[in-house]
Amino acid sequence: MIRFTEPGPQTTVQDLGRPGHLREGIPPSGPMDVRAFVAANRLVGNPDGAAGLECTVLGPRFSVERACAIAVTGAEAPVTVNDAPAPQWATVALKPGDAVRIGAAKAGVRIYVAFSGGLDVPAVLGSRATYLRGRLGGVEGRALRRGDALALLPSAGAPPLRRLAAAEIPALEPEPEIRVVLGPQADRFTDEGLHAFLSSPYEMLPQSDRMGARLTGPRIAHRNGHDIISDGIALGAIQVPGDGQPIVLLVDRQSTGGYTKVATVGSFDIGRVGQVKPGQRMRFRAVEVAEAHRLRQQFERSLAQVAGGGVPT
Amino acid sequence: MALCVELGDEISVETNTRVRALEFLIQQKGLTGVVETVPSFRSLLVYYDPAQVGYEALCASLATLVEQASTATLPPPRVVEIPCCYAPDLGLDLEAAAERLQMTTDELVRAHSGAEYLVYFVGFTPGLPYMAGVPARIQLPRLTTPRVKVPPGSVGLGGAQFCIYSVESPGGYWLLGRTPLRLYDPEAADPTLLRAGDRVRMRPIPRAEYDAIAARVAARTYRPVIA
Repeated sequence: MIRFTEPGPQTTVQDLGRPGHLREGIPPSGPMDVRAFVAANRLVGNPDGAAGLECTVLGPRFSVERACAIAVTGAEAPVTVNDAPAPQWATVALKPGDAVRIGAAKAGVRIYVAFSGGLDVPAVLGSRATYLRGRLGGVEGRALRRGDALALLPSAGAPPLRRLAAAEIPALEPEPEIRVVLGPQADRFTDEGLHAFLSSPYEMLPQSDRMGARLTGPRIAHRNGHDIISDGIALGAIQVPGDGQPIVLLVDRQSTGGYTKVATVGSFDIGRVGQVKPGQRMRFRAVEVAEAHRLRQQFERSLAQVAGGGVPT
Repeated sequence: MALCVELGDEISVETNTRVRALEFLIQQKGLTGVVETVPSFRSLLVYYDPAQVGYEALCASLATLVEQASTATLPPPRVVEIPCCYAPDLGLDLEAAAERLQMTTDELVRAHSGAEYLVYFVGFTPGLPYMAGVPARIQLPRLTTPRVKVPPGSVGLGGAQFCIYSVESPGGYWLLGRTPLRLYDPEAADPTLLRAGDRVRMRPIPRAEYDAIAARVAARTYRPVIA
């Protein structure tokens, strides 16, 4: 059992999500930063889709009852085992009774914790991922609470101790450039509005969550009206309501909506959006569909290789 | 990756039928690389895997299916009966709406429950049906200030559209009543009651029946009437 003495402000169980239910209004959920999540699982010898934790801003404190391995990735945060510092992006072996504490993120927002074997919570619609608004999956569809105890599924034995090569650890940039494909309603905005969108920094607002990243910056002005007949919202779609401020729709997004969408963030950059802190800024750069496909392939290759070799600790 | 196939720019049964026909054809043909589709009033969002299909190739196959969508035969619709208690403590705007429409609450209830509605699509929140076809004489513009919290099961009216809130969420529709049925039940094998293409009939029920059905729904012994 993993016993949580402090859960952190929003720690949820995630796996790679439940695709295929958007037509019922149920979003895929899953980790915001897929690459960091997959790296954590590989470092503890798990399949990529094993259930682990996504922690927001501040990690949990927990103790383990039996030996297991963990890996902490994603946002940069201090990790201690029995008060002794432990590395991130590396396999950490735990003995029965070890107490782990994951502190506040110094850079980035989402911290991932994988456990060897993976967390044993019931799969709902084929996934263990938590969808908070729909009270679905994970632990009773909610974030972890103090006193929760979670079991682990059997693992294939103690994984080798490895750490990610420095080059594989993503840099958390102060002002990341996020690549987007314009549309589907880019023609509903003024030239000045589109220019502002692609040339100015936009700041992350604190009310952002797994549903959407709310940003503030120069107004992205509409030509005539901000409403459309409601239609489907892709991952990364950037809605612009009447106030001209963009909202990037994320893994827990509503499946449909009626605001104009100026552009869509490439799936390869969603993880980077998920690591931008409130108050931090980002910029948008438009790419063509062909370029987006190339970037996606590059991302898939990087995902296939992450923590593939690793180096012994 | 996703692309959006737009088949019109209005809310009409004809356009929406083509959207659902396109989705049906994609499912039937098992179009390579398509991973998920999301129908809405006038468009179909198509999620695809670029490792399996290129953008141009997918656009070309979709264009072929769009042509066939006008004449495709969809499976016959399900008709789902939704019991609804139109009472002022459940339909928080029932009396205000009737007053605004210059009719009695009974007349409003009769008009609303007398029509059959098409579920154009399910979306926004889990299991929430978007319906239209509200009789012109009971159409009202949306509330000027949306409610922060609408209880699940609330039956709301906004212009020609009508919806049933599936989870507690904000909402700007006029609330006429409430159904004891769960439109979204995360613990059920099939978590949503309604699907795109369903036909919905409202059945007005008294408060006692509302409470009785609610108890059976909670005990999981109630079976919705689906023809």
